[in-house]
Amino acid sequence: MTGYFLRRALVLLSTLLAASLVVFVVLQVLPGDPAALMLGTGARPDTLAALRHHLGLDAPAWLRYLRWIFGILRGDFGISYTYNVPVAELVRQRSALSVPLALLAIVLSTAIAIPVGVFAAARRGSVRDAALMGAAQVGVAIPNFWLGILLILLFAIHLPWLPASGFPGWGEGLWPGLRALILPALALALPQAAILARVTRAAVIETLGEDFVRTARAKGLTRGAALWRHAVPNALIPVVTLIGLQFSFLLAGTVIVENVFTLPGLGRLVFQAIAQRDLIVVQDLVVLLAGSVILVNFTVDLAAAAIDPRQRRPGA
Amino acid sequence: MTRMLLAVALGATLLAGAAQAKDTLTVGMVLEPPHLDPTAGAASAIREVTYGNIYEGLTRIDHRGEVRPALAESWSISPDGLTYKFRLIGGVKFHDGTPFDCSIVKFSYERAVAPDSVNAQKQLFEPIESTTCPDPLTAVVKLKRPTSLFLFDMAWGDAVMISPKSAATNKTNPVGTGPFRFKQWIKGDRVEMVRNPDYWGAQPKLKAVTFKFIADPAAATAAVLAGDIDAFPLFPAPEAIDQFKSDPRFAVHIGTTEGKTILALNNARKPFDDIRVRRALAYAIDRKALIDAAQSGYGKPIGSHYVPTDPGYVDLTGVYPYDPAKAKALLAEAGIKPGTEITIMLPPPSYARRGGEVIAAMLDQVGIKAKLVPIEWAQWLDQVFMRSDFDATIISHTEARDLDIYARDKYYFNYHSPQYKALYQKFVEAIDPKTQLDLIGQLQKKLADDEPNVFLFALAKVGVANAKLRGLWDNDPLPANVVAGVSWAD
Amino acid sequence: MRGAWRSRNLLAGGAITALMVLIALVSLVWTPYGPTQIDIVHRLATPSAAHPLGTDLFGRDELSMLMAGAQSSLSVALIAVIVGAGIGVPIGAFAAARGGVPDDLVMRACDLAFAFPALLTAVMITALAGPGAINAMLAIGIFNIPVFARITRGAARGVWGREFILAARAAGRHDTAITVLHVLPNIAAVLLVQATIQFALAIVADAGLSYVGLGTQPPQPSWGRMLNDAQTFIWRAPLLAVFPGLAITFAVLGLNLLGDGLQDLLDPRVRRAR
Repeated sequence: MTGYFLRRALVLLSTLLAASLVVFVVLQVLPGDPAALMLGTGARPDTLAALRHHLGLDAPAWLRYLRWIFGILRGDFGISYTYNVPVAELVRQRSALSVPLALLAIVLSTAIAIPVGVFAAARRGSVRDAALMGAAQVGVAIPNFWLGILLILLFAIHLPWLPASGFPGWGEGLWPGLRALILPALALALPQAAILARVTRAAVIETLGEDFVRTARAKGLTRGAALWRHAVPNALIPVVTLIGLQFSFLLAGTVIVENVFTLPGLGRLVFQAIAQRDLIVVQDLVVLLAGSVILVNFTVDLAAAAIDPRQRRPGA
Repeated sequence: MTRMLLAVALGATLLAGAAQAKDTLTVGMVLEPPHLDPTAGAASAIREVTYGNIYEGLTRIDHRGEVRPALAESWSISPDGLTYKFRLIGGVKFHDGTPFDCSIVKFSYERAVAPDSVNAQKQLFEPIESTTCPDPLTAVVKLKRPTSLFLFDMAWGDAVMISPKSAATNKTNPVGTGPFRFKQWIKGDRVEMVRNPDYWGAQPKLKAVTFKFIADPAAATAAVLAGDIDAFPLFPAPEAIDQFKSDPRFAVHIGTTEGKTILALNNARKPFDDIRVRRALAYAIDRKALIDAAQSGYGKPIGSHYVPTDPGYVDLTGVYPYDPAKAKALLAEAGIKPGTEITIMLPPPSYARRGGEVIAAMLDQVGIKAKLVPIEWAQWLDQVFMRSDFDATIISHTEARDLDIYARDKYYFNYHSPQYKALYQKFVEAIDPKTQLDLIGQLQKKLADDEPNVFLFALAKVGVANAKLRGLWDNDPLPANVVAGVSWAD
Repeated sequence: MRGAWRSRNLLAGGAITALMVLIALVSLVWTPYGPTQIDIVHRLATPSAAHPLGTDLFGRDELSMLMAGAQSSLSVALIAVIVGAGIGVPIGAFAAARGGVPDDLVMRACDLAFAFPALLTAVMITALAGPGAINAMLAIGIFNIPVFARITRGAARGVWGREFILAARAAGRHDTAITVLHVLPNIAAVLLVQATIQFALAIVADAGLSYVGLGTQPPQPSWGRMLNDAQTFIWRAPLLAVFPGLAITFAVLGLNLLGDGLQDLLDPRVRRAR
């Protein structure tokens, strides 16, 4: 197991390094000069040169890459060109929205999907199963940003219960902040829940057919007890794996959903930084997002290997 | 239990809302400033937060666009127009306690022209030869040549007084002499400031002011309706204005700005080097319909690079009335075949993106296929503005009275007219106000005649505010939200 | 029971997809109004006999725009899938045929690609190369490459282990020939199912990119941008924010059903990869 762990960790590190290089190289070719943007239409060549030097933009690319990477290793993510504050601080401020939003979405989607999936599996073939799975089929097809717009129409405009957009921050208490996240979290969660419900149903149906569940039934356990005590726990393994995989999808999803609800989160920061050519912020964010996806996948892999040693073979 | 907790939390917020005394103000803005130092960046948003609130200059511009005394209580100009003697207000202190005197003036102006200066409007200070301090409360500025707009220029946000102590940190912790002190900045969301108890002038009525940044038109509408925003002076959703007009809780302020919205043409590139083509485009665009569609009817047509509210304005909107037939004839005369393709670059604001769609449809009527290319500001500045690599673009020039851009040797639309240059030189050197006004008129006419760009409309200032607010600026003579005089009616 | 389900998915999915393709094709030659025809006087009109779905902010006919939007959306998605499959399938087939170090390298590269949230990558690519339909196709196509590479490699490795392949090898057949003649035909069903799924995902991705202004550009209508435009007018013309979303959902639903149906039909045992 230790050897396997070390091998995987090495792969993890090299993937992260490759990701950082890809991002850096890609951004080098991005047209548009951050210094020109900061100085605007009145900029003169000498002013521009002064600012470029100040930002360290006049150094050769390889040197800038090395400075950036070694900075990150020391925990220094650099200074945002536009905001003039440490990128780490920006990320911390924006994460205060994006992380709770992603967590809320995962919790909501799991809380909806697992009961629905188990219920449908238990009554498989019934009208209610067909109705639920039909709804899930439609749910998978709804793009989350449109669902967001519909939720705004319904719960912010037609019934003015929840804010249509914006985020007051946690400074004003838990409830005002949470209130602002309900609709965006639902928009993210429902399409994910539809996928998860279908997988849960399939997984539970599969375990229901397996020997140990039949044995349990034969031993006189009620249908419900056999379902909840044996079938569901065993079906959860693929479900949990999927939740892990959805993390990456959710991260990307927040990029657009934060735009729908104008939430000052990481996703909007990415857009803003690209538009303003705040390259250091874009680099840091993409590497952070890619890094967290790699880490989650790593954890899921390790968990799978811990459960099932067959997964530990090289190249898996 | 949970429901009870929620109810308690909800009740608490409602109470907090009701108890809030009305001596605070939340102002909505579309763009967030990149930082808060107006002497180190061009973004209008920096000025919209700080001008007249945190920082002040020797002179200021009032809501009518006129020059007023600020930190200089009076001044005299030598007969040759080369020496300005400013009398400074005594006892003024920066928010960090630094006293304001002539050494600050000298520091601020010299810093702006220094070789390593990152001031975005360096050319404003370029005529300054020297700043001297005969005594602490007198500043003498000598110019290299007469500059008729000098007092106006020194009222710009780029010319505010900066303390040497805080010059390096103003971007994130702005320190000025103004009626409000910086409190905090939640990036991506808002800037907060509080009343400066030691202010040298009249104490503002407001205790605290928050500038909140909402770029999305739909979100801005929602925030104003919900009362999260008290005033949105440059409201991004003109289409929602009718709704506010019919609601007694809100007051709609329609004012003017300095924004000259133009279809800028690259005069160095075919076919725009041909005056007949430029005139044909001017005939092909129905300005009224354009304003209706792109700006929900808010905005005034213009016929030259000058807005109706500025002194010396001449109405030239009748020079090229909407006349597609004439446009087609002119294009045919210039040898432009129907189906000719041009590219129009569209920066992010809706006047450009939506205006572009409407203009493309209008040009289609006269046989010109417009390819629309939306670009971000960074790329617009780089490709269009710096490198002049474009056919056409839609842009609003928001700098006040900037007829000089047509006299520059190198400017992105590549208009070169020796006659215009000579005329402009005469204007710069004119000292007599009547001659100045007359020359401003001639400059406008020359531009309308040459039509280097298609002049479209003056951007309106469409603002929404709580009906109980008093003292907001209706017009936008320069990018600013001066809130020192704002108060709540009972 | 199973048979009924299977054919129902296939029929419904096939019918919806065929309808969408038909609308897209018809829009090339006929729409009720010109989809870019501006009529300022009749802007934001509610549905009526003249405009069954109303008009947008410039007075353009909503129905005509939706039809033209189907055409742009389907073509962007189709080309994105072709790009993804065209590059991904050969890479995956190569990795499976060679095994060893090349295989490892390809799989590591796929891992790397999957680490970047797909939409984020697309946003960066369009920001880089400029917004527009062609760049959107490429951006979506690029993140389809590792998907096709992985599934091809996985399925192909299964085929390579079979006896008839070993026989062909023993007969001295070249790897490329075996891949083209034996391996690919055997995994075509899997690839077809995956292509249908990726097609549906590409439609959503295209709509998302257009929504944030990076996809198909005006005057060519696109569903995503119509949604964005509509959001500004949501207080005055809420229906405009409903129709384009319905169109996207309908198209995606059709393809998903078709994918499920095909999967059951072609090989009930085939497991969909991710």
